[in-house]
Amino acid sequence: MSQVQVERGTRASRIFSVAAIAVLLGLVALPWWGGPGDMRLVAEMSYYLALAMLWNLLAGYAGLVSVGQQAFVGLGAYAFFYLTSALGVHVYGAMALAGPFAGIISIPVAFAVFRLRGHYFAIGTWVVAEIFSLGASLIEELGAGSGMSLTPAIVHQVSANRDGRETIEYWMSLGICAVIFAVVYVILRSRQGLALTAIRDSEPASGSLGVNVFRTKLFIYVATATCTGMVGSLIFLQKLRLSPEAGFSVNDWTVVVIFMVVVGGIGTIEGPIIGMLIYILLRELFSDFGSLYLILMGVIAVAIMLKAPGGVWGLISARYDLHLFPVSRRLMRGDTAVTPDQSENSRNLNSRPTKHTVQ
Amino acid sequence: MEWINILVQGCLLGGLYGLFAIGLSLSFGIMRLVNIAHGDLIVLSAYVALIVVEFTGLDPISGLLVILPTMFLFGYALQRGLLNFTLEGGLLPPLLVTFGISVIIQNGLLLGFGAYTHRLKLGAIETQSIVFPGDMAVGVFPLITFGVAVLSIGGLQLLFYKTTLGRAFRAVSDDADTAELLGINKRHLFALAMAIAMAFTALAAVLFAIRTNFDPGAGPIRLILAFEAVIIGGLGNMWGTLVGGIVLGIAQAVGAALSPTWQILAGHLAFIVILIIRPSGLFPRTRD
Repeated sequence: MSQVQVERGTRASRIFSVAAIAVLLGLVALPWWGGPGDMRLVAEMSYYLALAMLWNLLAGYAGLVSVGQQAFVGLGAYAFFYLTSALGVHVYGAMALAGPFAGIISIPVAFAVFRLRGHYFAIGTWVVAEIFSLGASLIEELGAGSGMSLTPAIVHQVSANRDGRETIEYWMSLGICAVIFAVVYVILRSRQGLALTAIRDSEPASGSLGVNVFRTKLFIYVATATCTGMVGSLIFLQKLRLSPEAGFSVNDWTVVVIFMVVVGGIGTIEGPIIGMLIYILLRELFSDFGSLYLILMGVIAVAIMLKAPGGVWGLISARYDLHLFPVSRRLMRGDTAVTPDQSENSRNLNSRPTKHTVQ
Repeated sequence: MEWINILVQGCLLGGLYGLFAIGLSLSFGIMRLVNIAHGDLIVLSAYVALIVVEFTGLDPISGLLVILPTMFLFGYALQRGLLNFTLEGGLLPPLLVTFGISVIIQNGLLLGFGAYTHRLKLGAIETQSIVFPGDMAVGVFPLITFGVAVLSIGGLQLLFYKTTLGRAFRAVSDDADTAELLGINKRHLFALAMAIAMAFTALAAVLFAIRTNFDPGAGPIRLILAFEAVIIGGLGNMWGTLVGGIVLGIAQAVGAALSPTWQILAGHLAFIVILIIRPSGLFPRTRD
C-alpha cells in the first residue's frame, strides 16, 4: 500500500453529500409538512447562507475584504423594483436582469476600489455603498428617501393568492441558495479556484507563478456582485418594500454576513453554513434582549477572531481532519493522508498544520 | 462673494474632519492598524464628555482636563489588552476585531443612553461670529476648531520629529521587528500610540459634540469622513490629512450650496474622483 494517489473526496464527504441531498429534499417538501413561519425562517436562512457564501468567496479566497456588499443587494433590489414598477417587466424577467445589472455596475466600481489595498479596500467599498444609498435617496423615480413598494398587481404575477406566493418565494430562496452554493463550489474546484487559493495564500508568489491576480480578483468581484444582486432582488420581493436605508443597510447585509463567515470559519466551504446556523440559533434564542444580544454577537466575533481565527469549522476540521466539501487535492497513501512533511504540496486549505496519522 | 464664503465655511469644516482623522492616521501610520471602530470611539468619547460634564458641572472645555486623560488611558488599555493581539495574523484579525468593537460600542451606548440625541453646551460662544469686510460672517467656534486642528497637527509633528519618543515611533513604523532588536518595547509603544490617538480623538469628539447633535449611531459616518480625509491627503502624512479634511469640507460646502441633500454625497464623490486620479492621495508618505 505504498502507492501514492491524489484524492479529493473522502469517505466523510461522500456520506455527507448523500445526507445533504436528503436534507435539501426534505426542505423542498417543507410546504407540506411545515407552517408558514417555518418557511419564512428557512427562506431567510437560505438567502443569508447565499450572502455568506458569496462574501466568503470574496474575502476568504480572493482576499477582497469588502464591507460594501450591501451596495449590490441594494442595486439588485432597486433594479428589480424599477423594472417591475416603472417599466412593467414581468417579475421573473426583472429578477433575471437584476443580478447582471449589479454585476455591470460592479465593473467600474472595481476599477476605483481596487486601487485601495487591504483595510482601505474595506472602507472604500463601504463609501461606494454609501454613495449608492445617498444616490438612491436623491432620485425621484426611485421614490427618493421614502423608497418604493411593489403593487399588488406585480405581486400577483408570482401567484394570485398569499399561500401560493409564499410557497413559490420559499422555493425560489431555496433554489437561489442551492444555485449559488453550486456556483461557489464549481468555481473553487476549477482552475480559477486553484488560482484563488494560491492568491489567498500569497499574492506575490501566485503572481510570480503565472496567476493573473488582477483578472482573477476582478472576475470574482463581478461574479459575487452579480449573485449578490440576484439575492437582493429576491429578498425585497419578499419584503415588498424598499428604501435606501433598508436596501443599502450595512448592518443587515454585510455585518451580519461577516459575523456568520468569521464565526463559522472563513476560507472554507463548510464555515458559512455553520456560521449561518449559529447566527440563526443565537438570534432565535436571544433577540428579545435587543442591544444586549448584539453586544453578545460582537463579543463572540472578537473572541473567535482572537482565539480561533479558523472559526468553529476550523476547530472541527483541525481536530478530526474532516472535509465535507473537498475542494483541495490531497495525497493519499492507502487510506491515510500524506503529511505536509512528506509532501510540500499537500498544504491544507487552512494553511495550518492539521493532525494526520502516519503509517 | 457668496462663493468665497462657501470656501471659508468648507475650509473650517475641514478642520474638524482633519481632527477626526488624526487618530485613524496615527494608528495606521504606526501600527498599520485600520480601526473600523474609530467613528464609534469618537462617539464614545462624546458620551464620556457628556458624563464628565454632567457629574462635575464643568463646561466641556474645562472638562477636557478629565476627558483627555481618561481616553488616553482607555486607548492604552485597548491596544495593550486587545488590539496588540490582532497584529500578527495578517489582514483579517484587526479588521474584524475592530468591527466587533464597533458593534459592541454602538449597542452598549444604545443600552446605556437610549437612541436620544445629545449635545454638549458651551454657551454664547457657540453662536458668536466675527464679521469680516464684505459682510462675511465667520463663526467663532468653527474658527477655534480649525485652530485646534492646526495646533494639534503641529504638536504631533514636533513630537514625531523632535523627540526621542517620536524617533521610537518612527522606528517601529518603519520596521517594528528591527526596532525591537534595538531595545524598543513594541507592545508598550503601540499602546502609547493608541493612547495618544485616543486623546486626540476625544479632543475632536468634544468639539464635534458642541457643534452637532450626536447619538449612538453617529459613528460610522464619522469613520468614513476621517477615512476619506486620510486617503485624500495621502497615507501617513499629517498635514496631508488636514488638507484632505479641507478638500472634503469644501466639497461638502459646495454640494450643500447646490442643494442641502447633496452635502454628504458631494464629499464622497470628491473622494472617489481623487482616488481615481491620484490613488495614493495628494501628498503620500507611508507605503503600506
